[in-house]
Amino acid sequence: MPTVDDYVSRIEGTCGAESDVIVVFKYEKKDEAIANILKKATLKNTIAGIIFELTFQDASFRLYSNGKAIFRGIKNKEALMDLLSKLLL
Amino acid sequence: MEATDLYESARERIAKFINAKQFSENIFVRGTTEAINLVAYSWGLNNLGKGDEVLVSLMEHHSNIVPWEITSKLRGFTIKYAKVNPDGTLDYDDFESKLCSKTKIVCLSHVSNVTGVINDVKRIGKVAHDNGALMLVDGAQSVPHMKVDVQDLNIDFLAFSGHKMLGPTGIGVLYGKKEVLEKMPPFMGGGEMIKEVSINEGKGQCSVSWNELPWKFEAGTPNIAGAIGLGEAVRYLEGLGMDNVLNHEKDLTRYAVERLKECKKVTVYGPISFSNKLGIIPFGVDGLSSHDVALFFDNYGIMMRSGFHCAQPLHEFFKLQSSARASFYIYNTTQEVDRFMEILKEIEQL
Repeated sequence: MPTVDDYVSRIEGTCGAESDVIVVFKYEKKDEAIANILKKATLKNTIAGIIFELTFQDASFRLYSNGKAIFRGIKNKEALMDLLSKLLL
Repeated sequence: MEATDLYESARERIAKFINAKQFSENIFVRGTTEAINLVAYSWGLNNLGKGDEVLVSLMEHHSNIVPWEITSKLRGFTIKYAKVNPDGTLDYDDFESKLCSKTKIVCLSHVSNVTGVINDVKRIGKVAHDNGALMLVDGAQSVPHMKVDVQDLNIDFLAFSGHKMLGPTGIGVLYGKKEVLEKMPPFMGGGEMIKEVSINEGKGQCSVSWNELPWKFEAGTPNIAGAIGLGEAVRYLEGLGMDNVLNHEKDLTRYAVERLKECKKVTVYGPISFSNKLGIIPFGVDGLSSHDVALFFDNYGIMMRSGFHCAQPLHEFFKLQSSARASFYIYNTTQEVDRFMEILKEIEQL
């Protein structure tokens, strides 16, 4: 049974007042993670095939083709993990 | 023996690189942060108290603010913050007006890690000494990029890191004037900093004496490989010539700032003049977070920093939530600046 940890390499808080969260996917799983997310989230815009602006439930985030994503306005780690499990699994 | 010889040779080489009078003024630490903490704890806790003042600037890296904030809570001294001008340069009038007989130490970055502004630490050091204060310089952004001569600048402490000057991580240097270091107690205890430990069980006493400089401040097993690596990095930089390093970076910065004028949605922060600025360009793109900008560049294998750059007070002064920061070193080229511009123009289309 796959878990969020199977896909996520690390989670970083951004340095700055924006308090965004950067999720870095494992290199060997990034393509699968991106495919899963694109299947489930709603695509608002794509830029040069590199950046995908997405929404899912109440969350808005940007997904990057190099296997990183910036989530905005996430309340806490539990909320982020819940969101990631819905997007990835 | 061979490792010790190489370790101490590295110390001598680095001491000459910054023109220290003696190798014993060159203490190996983990980096700039540890160097400043060493001064704040060893010198600060023993020389500062209620009524005393420490003067720093608003452009400091957190590493030159937080150690003083922590020790001020322990000793009750006051920290004063000198202002910067709207373009990010130091407000010398404000700085000098805040220097008084209560000021015991002045702590200033030689070069801002956010804007690349070069501060006139020689001028500030003279005013500090005229008021009986010591002068600590955060050289993390200057020593790798330009000739720094501690005797010419007449500063009491200089802190810098290996990993910003082609050396390994986890190694750095605290330079201190011998007469100042000799009066300071050790920062940490154990290992190489010990001369003798003797316990008299009958009297229930333990007598401890410290090693000589510089080993008095090098507790525990030293980072031998790191120090030797930093020594080799210094040898390489000496071979290039620090004037050449500086000129190369200034040329790249001048070229990049000139080309950035082509961008309509990009705002460059900091001074316009190149005379007192090194190869750091902080900027923002309208409508985009600095993290978005950095991650976009990351897709093309171009690394840049985004966020506060550990200098939140300066960002608050600029009323910025964060900034993206492009920076140059000896290995960068004008072709890379052109590539940077190509990508930045793509970003502007987002």
